[in-house]
Amino acid sequence: MAKIIIPTPLRKFTNNESTFETKGATINEAVAELVETHANLEKHLLDDDKNIRSFIRIYLGEEDVNLLEEKGDTKVVDSDVISIVPAIAGGC
Amino acid sequence: METITVEEQPLSIIYQDAQDTFPNECCGFLYGNENEGRRITEAVPVINSKEGDQRRRFEISPFDYMKAEQYALANNLTLLGVYHSHPNHPAIASEHDLAKALPYFSYIIVSVMEGEIADIKSWRLQDDNTAFDEEKVNIHIKKV
Repeated sequence: MAKIIIPTPLRKFTNNESTFETKGATINEAVAELVETHANLEKHLLDDDKNIRSFIRIYLGEEDVNLLEEKGDTKVVDSDVISIVPAIAGGC
Repeated sequence: METITVEEQPLSIIYQDAQDTFPNECCGFLYGNENEGRRITEAVPVINSKEGDQRRRFEISPFDYMKAEQYALANNLTLLGVYHSHPNHPAIASEHDLAKALPYFSYIIVSVMEGEIADIKSWRLQDDNTAFDEEKVNIHIKKV
């Protein structure tokens, strides 16, 4: 099964689990399975239209899924690592 | 007030990065554990990817964040927050910091005045996401 890495700030919604094993065949299916299992995560990852929130990026391995041709429909295989990446910024 | 312990080595890396990057803002990742309270055992500088004026803003690229979480997992560490500097400004979390802050993370801010380290403070977002709470920074110096 492919593995999703949960970023530390969102682990309180996954019972402190750092990773999630998914049977999803595509990125979208993998994310859907994750939020189905950990319902409290949904509002932090998805907007009202069930799209990934603008300040969250999804990586498949080292590739930004937004830059892949099939985006969320990109197929996932067992050895894949999917990362959920929040935006980090600030300043004085 | 919560306490965050920072070991000597990561602290020196943070200070060096803040001075080297002055008058721009530096930034980096904070790794460690929470076995007996929050403890930072490793700090890793990362490129400030903010386009435009880096004297008042910082940004960490999604690619670098993705690598940081992978690094933590591979090394049995937890990514516990990020640090950045406030050149010629106090180590107080700003509105810009609050607007982008994530829950749970510690945000260590170093004030650098005219190239010299002036102050260090740490901040954690409140549960309702409306403000920061200050964390007491405890500096741990190893006895030899």
